[in-house]
Parts: sequence; structure tokens; C-alpha cells
Amino acid sequence: MMQIDLKRRRALIGMAAGTIAACLGVLGLKKAQAESVRKIEIVAQRFRFEPKVIDVKLGQPVLLQIRSLDYIHGFNVPDLGIRSDLLPGMITSVELTPLQVGRLDFLCDNFCGDDHESMHGYFNVTD
Amino acid sequence: MHRRDFLNLSAAGGGVVFLSALAGCSTAPAQTSSAQSDFYFVQLSDVHWGFKGPPNPDASGTLPKAIAAVNALPVQPEFIVFTGDLTHTTDNPDERRRRMNEFKSIASDLKVKNVYFMAGEHDAGIDRGAAYSEIFGPTHYTFEKHGVHFIVLDNVSDPGSKIGDEQLAWLEADLRQLNQNTPIVVLTHRPLFDLAPKWDWATRDGARAISMLTPFSNVTVFYGHIHQEHHHMTGHIAHHSAKSLIFALPAPNSQPDRTPLPWDASAPYKGLGFRETHVADMGQKFDLVEFPATKS
Repeated sequence: MMQIDLKRRRALIGMAAGTIAACLGVLGLKKAQAESVRKIEIVAQRFRFEPKVIDVKLGQPVLLQIRSLDYIHGFNVPDLGIRSDLLPGMITSVELTPLQVGRLDFLCDNFCGDDHESMHGYFNVTD
Repeated sequence: MHRRDFLNLSAAGGGVVFLSALAGCSTAPAQTSSAQSDFYFVQLSDVHWGFKGPPNPDASGTLPKAIAAVNALPVQPEFIVFTGDLTHTTDNPDERRRRMNEFKSIASDLKVKNVYFMAGEHDAGIDRGAAYSEIFGPTHYTFEKHGVHFIVLDNVSDPGSKIGDEQLAWLEADLRQLNQNTPIVVLTHRPLFDLAPKWDWATRDGARAISMLTPFSNVTVFYGHIHQEHHHMTGHIAHHSAKSLIFALPAPNSQPDRTPLPWDASAPYKGLGFRETHVADMGQKFDLVEFPATKS
């Protein structure tokens, strides 16, 4: 009985170690992928995004980290069907992958005041 | 008044007759009894009272001129509706109320006293309709005219350009009481469909309203917001936007930015105007007549 328990224990330890190693491998891969995604910081405030024009590469994902300074602005990329509310005091993360070369517009779609209509920008997508 | 007489008078009054065979309008045969229930209303839109800037050097004079033009129509309308952006937005709540009260006082110079007001995002988007409701009343409501059911929808008090679940439930309950042949006119500020989302010319949950309206056989939507005449069909539902009374905007997606068209000193008030809508054949037919903002 004692020998069987020892064998089982060793087998269980081996399985656990394998699982942990596999998990660490996946995490490492995800970390590597995350590190390879370009991060872009954007500031939103009445009535502009900074930067307003952002150069990106076709097919390469980017992680936008958007900080609103003064209002619950909206961030909308109509051509990709992506939108978020930007809560002041928080970083809002938006991941996107440009799918076409050219101009990819984004805008604030929460009415924010007198010059709301000017609060927009675009990604300049190149090969 | 018979439709032909109305159109003749409208043309004589300076308007250009448009769309008498408008796509989406019913072609039901005229009935002799229906002429008695024919009526017309005037739509004015996007006054932006309080705006100052080069796109309209006569910003404070355009509305009084338009009111004079409406008052001079040879046949006065059954009612008048302002489809939103009565005032230009301001962060100052006192100034917001001052502009609204001033606008209301000037609008009271209209001969026709049956006037319906609606909010635009410039009136209601900053304070969720608080000042507007104090001065003009509810932001969504219904009324009836000669068998036509009018629904005023608010897609601006939520700054995210949504009608919202609560109002959509109200709309659903209202529509549940109607026969599917009842003629329906929806008055709203923003387009209910995705006209130009890049320019924020859309209503985020407008498709839900259109879906509720689709089972009804005769639905027409009149709206403002885009400062120009525009006509569009979603299925059998016709959508017509009106010109502004402050400045014109470019055609949807025709240029990178939605900046106002510059004031043309050689043709003042160009692109500004108001609309007559003649409702004929028991609410089965609509004729639109476009007028310049000022008397020629």
C-alpha cells in the first residue's frame, strides 16, 4: 500500500509540475505577445484628442491607452465598430487592428459642449 | 383646400415644389372626402440661438426674418414644429436659460400659435434636458392631427445620442395602441439611421426605433441636425432632414471635416431655409416644399 501511495504521489507531483510549466509557458507567450503590441497614449479633453493624427501599420494591432481629463467623452472608430466611454481619472484601453490602408477616423461621440464637432482625429494607416 | 391649390399658393409664395412623387410616399388614389382633411405644417430647424461667428454674420437676425417669411405665407399652416437645436450650447446654466427664454419670446411672434418644440443636443446634451424641460416641457410626446399620429422622439438628452431603454419602452407602448395602417409621422433631431457616423450623424439605438416602426405601413420621419435637406429610405420608411436657420453644413462625408459652409456675401442666407409639408389623402401622401430663410 505504501509503495502504491508513493507512486501515486510522484505521478501527481509530476502532473502538477507539468501543468504549472504549461501555464507558465502560456503566460510567457501572452506576455511576449502583449509586449509586442504597440501601445499608444491618447489624451482626450474638450474639444480635442492629443495626438489627433496617429501613424499605424496595416495589420499590426495597437493598444490605445486613452485618458480623459475633464468629461465622459466617447471614443468611436465607426469603420471598425469599436467604441468606448472615457471615464475621467481612468485609463481606457482599446485594442484595434487597422485593416485598410488610408485614413481611419475616430471621434468623440458623447456631446461635450460648444466645439464638440471638432473633437475627432484619425489613424494614418500605411503598409 | 385642394392639394393643387395649396401647391400653387406655395409656389407663388416663393417655395420650390419638390418631391411630389417622393419615393416612399404612398400613391393611394385621391379621395374627394380627403381634401377636407388635408393640412400642412411648417418645419423650422437648427436655429442655434446665441451662436456667434463668421458662418452667419446675421446670426441674431435670421430667425426673425424666417418668422416674418412664415407669417407672410398666403395660407397659414395648421401648426409649426422646430426640430431641435433651438439654442446654441453653453456651459453656463443661466445663459442657457436666457437663450431659451429669448428664443421662445421671438418664436411667439409667429402668427400661428400652435407651435411644437423639440430639443437638440445643443439644448439638452449638457444638462440632460433639465433647462429645456423647465422652459419648453417634455422632450418626448405625441399628438394627433386629422388622423395622423405624430411622435416626438428625444435622441439628444442622453449625450451619447441614445433614445434609451425607457423612452423606447414608452414608444413601444404607444405604438401598441395603433392600427398598423395609422399614418405615423416621427419628429426627431438626429437621423435615426446611420447617415454619417464619422460625423456623429446617427442615433446609437435608432435602429431599435426603426424596427418598432417598420410593421406600420405609413411612417415618415422628419429631422434636423445636419443643416441641409436630405432624403433617405430605410425599407418603406422615408426620412427627410431640414435646412438650418443658422449655417449650412457640407453633404454627408463629402469632405474630411464637418465644418460649416462659409457665408457667401454675394448670396446671403444661401443654404438656409424652412419647409412646408403638405399632408394629403388622409395622411397617405406628403408633399414637401422648400423655402428660403428670408422673403425674397
